[in-house]
Amino acid sequence: MTSLSKKVFVSLAGLFLITFLLLHLSINLFILPITPNHEETFRQAVHFMTTSPLIKVMEVVLFAAFIIHIFFAVTLQIENWIARPRGYKVWQKSRTDSPFSKLAIYTGIFVLIFLIIHFMNFYFVKQGWVSPPEGAYEVADKHDFYNMALNLFNNPVYCVLYIVLIIVLGFHLHHAFQAGFQSLGLNHPIYTPIIKILGWIYSILVPLGFISIPLYFLIS
Amino acid sequence: MNFTLKIWRQENSKAKGRFKTYKIENISPDCSFLEMLDILNEKLIHDKIELPVDPVAFDHDCREGICGMCSLYINGHPHGPEQGTTVCQVHMRKFQDGDTIVIEPWRAKAFPIIKDLMVDRSAFDKIIQEGGYISASTGGVPDANSILVSKEYADMAMDAAACIGCGACVAACKNASAMLFVAAKVSQFALLPQGHPEAKRRVQAMVSKMDELGFGSCTNTYACEAECPKNISVEHIARMNREFLKSKLTHAEKKRIGGFG
Amino acid sequence: MTQLNAKIPQGSLQEKWTNYKANQKLVNPANKRKFEIIVVGTGLAGASAASALGELGFNVKVFCIQDSPRRAHSISAQGGINAAKNYPNDGDSIWRLFYDTIKGGDFRSREANVYRLAEVSNNIIDQCVAQGVPFARDYAGYLDNRSFGGAQVSRTFYARGQTGQQLLLGAYGALSKEIKRGSVKMYTRHEMLDLVIVDGIARGIITRDTITGKIERFAAHAVIIATGGYGNVYFLSTNALNCNASAIWNCYKKGAFFANPAFVQIHPTCIPVHGDYQSKLTLMSESLRNDGRIWVPKKKEDVEAIRSKKLRAVDIPENDRDYFLERRYPAFGNLVPRDVASRAAKERCDAGYGIGPTGLAVYLDFSESIRRLGRDVIESRYGNLFQMYEKIVDENPYENPMMIFPAVHYTMGGLWVDYELQSTVPGLFVAGEANFSDHGANRLGASALMQGLADGYFILPYTLQNYLADQIGVQKFETDLPEFELAEKETIEKLQRLLAIQGKYSVATLHKKLGKIMWENVGMARDEARLKQAIEAIRSLKQEFWKEVYVPGSLTGVNDELLKANRLADYLELAELIAHDALLRNESCGCHFRVEYQSEDGEALRNDEEYKYVSCWEYQGEGVEPQLHKEPLEYEFVELKSRNYKV
Repeated sequence: MTSLSKKVFVSLAGLFLITFLLLHLSINLFILPITPNHEETFRQAVHFMTTSPLIKVMEVVLFAAFIIHIFFAVTLQIENWIARPRGYKVWQKSRTDSPFSKLAIYTGIFVLIFLIIHFMNFYFVKQGWVSPPEGAYEVADKHDFYNMALNLFNNPVYCVLYIVLIIVLGFHLHHAFQAGFQSLGLNHPIYTPIIKILGWIYSILVPLGFISIPLYFLIS
Repeated sequence: MNFTLKIWRQENSKAKGRFKTYKIENISPDCSFLEMLDILNEKLIHDKIELPVDPVAFDHDCREGICGMCSLYINGHPHGPEQGTTVCQVHMRKFQDGDTIVIEPWRAKAFPIIKDLMVDRSAFDKIIQEGGYISASTGGVPDANSILVSKEYADMAMDAAACIGCGACVAACKNASAMLFVAAKVSQFALLPQGHPEAKRRVQAMVSKMDELGFGSCTNTYACEAECPKNISVEHIARMNREFLKSKLTHAEKKRIGGFG
Repeated sequence: MTQLNAKIPQGSLQEKWTNYKANQKLVNPANKRKFEIIVVGTGLAGASAASALGELGFNVKVFCIQDSPRRAHSISAQGGINAAKNYPNDGDSIWRLFYDTIKGGDFRSREANVYRLAEVSNNIIDQCVAQGVPFARDYAGYLDNRSFGGAQVSRTFYARGQTGQQLLLGAYGALSKEIKRGSVKMYTRHEMLDLVIVDGIARGIITRDTITGKIERFAAHAVIIATGGYGNVYFLSTNALNCNASAIWNCYKKGAFFANPAFVQIHPTCIPVHGDYQSKLTLMSESLRNDGRIWVPKKKEDVEAIRSKKLRAVDIPENDRDYFLERRYPAFGNLVPRDVASRAAKERCDAGYGIGPTGLAVYLDFSESIRRLGRDVIESRYGNLFQMYEKIVDENPYENPMMIFPAVHYTMGGLWVDYELQSTVPGLFVAGEANFSDHGANRLGASALMQGLADGYFILPYTLQNYLADQIGVQKFETDLPEFELAEKETIEKLQRLLAIQGKYSVATLHKKLGKIMWENVGMARDEARLKQAIEAIRSLKQEFWKEVYVPGSLTGVNDELLKANRLADYLELAELIAHDALLRNESCGCHFRVEYQSEDGEALRNDEEYKYVSCWEYQGEGVEPQLHKEPLEYEFVELKSRNYKV
């Protein structure tokens, strides 16, 4: 497979994950008291997400997206390392060189670590492979994501770790948003600058949204 | 002006190279970078400081920024510190008196070092040979004005065609990727009606060759665009990605037998 | 004595090329496969010839000195390429392009050749467009034209300021296509060092691989030389540093006649010399003279003030400026041919009106055009040239006028060829700047690209077949013939001699000396006494070279100094021939300006009675004066006139 084909897969899977993240965030935000019956809304959403057959199908797609994205990104990276067996004495200092894109593979690794922690805390619990996180709130069953989340966010160490990793995710997303379009060949004199701005907005607002939750618990 | 030069010296493609330090004095600020190296080589030849005398080998030819032969990686920048400029057009006034200047060859698996600062860029020729042209045989073509090209597209094609094939994009890219070079050619012909009959074949063949020769892939850091002496834009990379996707989705070459009288 | 036969076909001027093609011999496809052809050089002429011959089915081997065929010096041509398309409807025609070229060359070129050039010029544009060369277009999508010196019509096609690059990349693409197809085999970083002649016919070459140092032999049924001009004899020129004359010089020494060596074009718009460390001069395209006006101050005190930086160009009021080209040549103004413009600039500088720190520069001013058209228009037309100027000179040409001065640029002289582009050595063909054929004593702007591609795409593919048709049945050559062995031995011996000298001067030091002798005595203005002096000086420099040059390293591996020394050894011999030819031509014509032969107002005085010929030099051996042969120039179709760009 050519490198360009691999990139198309990385970017398609990545753009799918970007969309998914938005949905994820919109549910997560209901952990916070943003509406009077936010807890109820959250629980309903979780119920839907864990029982709907449509979501079951999408879950497979989601896992496939993760695997495709990671597999091809890592393969490409290894090829890229091989393409320059000996580096420079003076490290490259190109001007518009975006650190976000340059570091994408490393931020990606942190995102993967985060993903594993996240799975341990929620998805594996749901599957019944690990026991739910313990804490002040009693977890009713393996679908009681609300109380599981409260238990985790009441741990300040977890909160700080969460915030740091979300910031790293933000870096990754900043690269991802417009790189995803570029790799698919979607570049246009008028729309690309808009995509770039959207990328900035997305990669700041989405992490902020996620961070707001542990921040709320840390402060209160 | 006085400078300390740290130059990569490597006897041949197999030898193990190392950096050597040279002091050079009384350089005019109006002197070009390559003229400064000429002066160093003259000094090495005349003063016979080191024996055997071995001037620094570097590629150069037209010295007016168009042949694409010069290829030095200077202080972290292909073609040195000045944007949109080949090294032959960089003048010493762009440096500070007393600067230490580190000069390295292009580094990429696909560009093996020949000697000192000279590298072998024949990989670029091989990519072009896969389809970086329109296969119009000589004679038998229509009148030039029977093919209309809008000014906008002609200008964009010219932007891409300005590539001088120097390899700075590969040198600058953290992945040693040749995407900007390949894209410039693919994009030029994608923008012109003459290029369309072969467009789908061209992009697949050139991309495959690029991979085969050991260049890395694009991770959208755009260092290539920043360092390109001809300011070729990464929008051409996007156009190639688009062409590639289109080609992959709609085109597969079949082997056909016979057919010609 | 060899009788020169230019083999001009019968018929009227318009019919000659058609007649030639109708009556020439061809080689059938099955036989084409059996022929091997060597092409040396991959500029416009070489790349186009190799690709066109490959397309026809010949086996072609191509050689270039750079790391890629795309880097040949044709790439540096900026302004454009002429063709008689008459797209702007301004009165152009094949005849007018022919006439302008003959006239621009000061009636020292062959009518038949020049007419053929004008005839195929239109095919070149068609071919290049088909190849995807992004020529400038208007908003409707049609091709755009600009004007160049020596013409009153707009017939120059251009691709920004990089026309040469785009045409070369087109030819390089065609060449790459044939390399992929297998009909052409490419040898990069190979320098031709000698021609091999077997039984009086060119049958191969000796090369040196510039990376490994390996000396190699290559055989073929015919050899095409397209290695460009010899401007680098002057050390400082607008040529690329690796441009050299060794290929043509070795052909000359093997029996090919050298024609009109003294015809060296000095281009008026180059960036002035600024230091003795300088390695080359940079040309500013002639197209700049479309919108730029050339002037110097009228008053000596203004000149002094500018030189001492008390005044700037913009401070000089309009009335105190001498637009000397417009003054002297009202009809053509700033668009007079190059030789005329260069001499006029030199005349002003010699009279003490030159500006710049050395007094060797004139202004090229765009302020009026910027006022008239706006900065944007000027930027879109010449942006890259302005940028290049600013990089080199560190001054903004939009605000201050450019400083320019003439520099060696192009050599009209070269190996003598007949109408078929065949030299006096059978089987040795010469194309592009390397031959002498089309430009007479002065080349018009945008005609070099035209000639290179005409030779390669549209002339050699025909004429070479006419030659090869007689070679059917001649088996492929082996390179172990004694002639190859001898040529290789001589080549190696010459290189070893250079290495053995171990003197005290670097090649560049001696080359600069040669350049100075040539520029001062065999440059823009020549006279008998100085030419004689130059010949003496060149001879003694040659002796010094063979005693005192220092070449480090060995025969093997990368050795730039050895390459340069070998080239300089040839330049030293060629330089003498240039001076010799200039001395013998007792007239002023085109770029060859002999101070003794000028009119009262300083215009060149041609002598058609005695010098209406091509001077063709035959090598007679080391240290022996070469023999002059004259190819008389017959003008059947045009009337000989003295060039007049005034009215």
